[in-house]
Amino acid sequence: MLTASPSLRVAIKVLDIRFLRLLIRNRAAVVGLLIVAVMVSIGLLGPLLAPYDPDTQFRGSRLESPNREFLLGTDNLGRDLLSRLLHGARLSIGMAALSTVFIVVIAVVIGAVAGYVGGLLDDIAMRVVDVILAFPGIILALAIIGVLGPGLGNVMMSLVLVAWAGYARLVRGLVLETRERPFVEAAVAIGCGQTRIMLRHIVPNVISPVIVLGSLEMGTLILALAGLNFLGLGVQPPTSEWGSMLNQGRLFFQSEPQLMIYPGVMISLTVLGFNLLGDGLRDLIDPRYAN
Amino acid sequence: MLSLFPVWIAITFLAFGLGAMAPGDPAEAIYYHTFGVPPTDQAALDELRDELGLNDPFLVRYGLWTYRALQGDLGISYRTGDPVWNQLASRLWATLKLALGGVMVAIAIALPLGILAAVRQDSTLDLAARLFSLIGAAMPSYWLAYLLILVFAVHLHWLPVAGSDSWQHLVLPCTTLGLSGAALLSRLLRSSMLEAMGNEYMRVARAKGLPERQVILVHALRNALIPVVTVMGTMLGFLLSGAIVIETVFAWPGLGRMMIDAISFRDYPVIQGFVIFAGTVFILVNLAVDVSYTWIDPRIRLAGGPDASRG
Repeated sequence: MLTASPSLRVAIKVLDIRFLRLLIRNRAAVVGLLIVAVMVSIGLLGPLLAPYDPDTQFRGSRLESPNREFLLGTDNLGRDLLSRLLHGARLSIGMAALSTVFIVVIAVVIGAVAGYVGGLLDDIAMRVVDVILAFPGIILALAIIGVLGPGLGNVMMSLVLVAWAGYARLVRGLVLETRERPFVEAAVAIGCGQTRIMLRHIVPNVISPVIVLGSLEMGTLILALAGLNFLGLGVQPPTSEWGSMLNQGRLFFQSEPQLMIYPGVMISLTVLGFNLLGDGLRDLIDPRYAN
Repeated sequence: MLSLFPVWIAITFLAFGLGAMAPGDPAEAIYYHTFGVPPTDQAALDELRDELGLNDPFLVRYGLWTYRALQGDLGISYRTGDPVWNQLASRLWATLKLALGGVMVAIAIALPLGILAAVRQDSTLDLAARLFSLIGAAMPSYWLAYLLILVFAVHLHWLPVAGSDSWQHLVLPCTTLGLSGAALLSRLLRSSMLEAMGNEYMRVARAKGLPERQVILVHALRNALIPVVTVMGTMLGFLLSGAIVIETVFAWPGLGRMMIDAISFRDYPVIQGFVIFAGTVFILVNLAVDVSYTWIDPRIRLAGGPDASRG
């Protein structure tokens, strides 16, 4: 659970060299950072590294075992598995990253307005947050997909609509604390407008911890997206994405288990990397969690 | 406790709103289902709309819908023509079996693992427990399910691959759910045990000569359980959502599969029914969790409410 703890009051500059130095001392976080770096590079460069087009069907070579021509073998339609995995990274990680951006932006806007303006607006926003948090996320997400219908965009939207609430509450807490600090008082004293105070003085001071905590969400989001794609609610064939590759491979998993094993390993490794990195970051900004 | 009521109202509102916002006309769907042809008779369609109350104002329809839902009338499935309530009821037990089995497996693994990892902090066992929870949290549960099927059903032939006929069919899905649950639970139990063990009363308990076993199991564990029980409440939500995916893997006729099928077929009454049903169950479990605090921690009972010592 995310709470605005007193130690978060210390504004953290994510790119501060001291912060990075502390992070590097945490071995688990470094391992996580390495995994994330590799996976993100695959996501960015995947299409360049892939030996074949991910959708090309080599009709003479269906379900081939790994060999010199197809390094990881081919699937039931004769498509090169390595190329599909490399291409899949882009969607699997990219969608999660894009969702995280949306979550953080919505959370900052709503949390900052609720915390700074207060009053009825604050009450309404926080009651909505209460309700969303009271509900198991995946069920709410499924309900939203139920209305919007299946599709990648709808799946992402459902996850964003579920996940912004926790962060909005966090931002609101941070804004309430920041609002009382002397430099805000000073800004009021020299006659800054409300908008200027919020955008130039308050938001920059709360955004850093929110980004860090938002990155914690990456592992969860990758898992959730892959899960919904596995259920066939998100990307549709022939798009290569790890979750939907699992879905396509499951028909053959008894005879050709590798079709399912590779994408599963990719998902697990990526999530592991983001979780390790996230735990390290969280220990730094909120030492209460560190053991 | 009272604060749960507005949440429940919000859930009913959400469930109803989902149906009201959904594209398509329920009257046409029912017409199609009854007569097997797309509606041509406009007058009959209008009459049906009137009969269904579709021309009433939003709030009136919401009120009626909730009133009926409270009496177990959740409408008729577009796809099968059966009452939604019957579908929910017939599938509830299947999902509940999975969830309860999952909870039992999770506790059976997490309780000893969390306690031992905390007592022997930084030992090999502690490291193994940490690794277990890290990997368990990173693996998609449905993928784990396939790996377990491959080993125990396909290669060793100990258990059936999928289906729901006998108790053997329960073993793999419950183990899958339990393992993912245990990954979360053991980590939490470890850290809350460590916190409890740092307290003064531990030294007092040892100083008055209590056996170490009693010190750990009574003094530390009991105090460590509060945050764990809180998570157990949310874990039901977690297991429910886990079950949704797991049921697909094991061809298990539960609520999760029903929901996925309903989404694919745009069967809105079933979707609505699932949302209001799952939401209500979730709220009741959280209520039970709140009540159980008083049983675990008499301080809360004496202070007069669960909120007294949580902050």
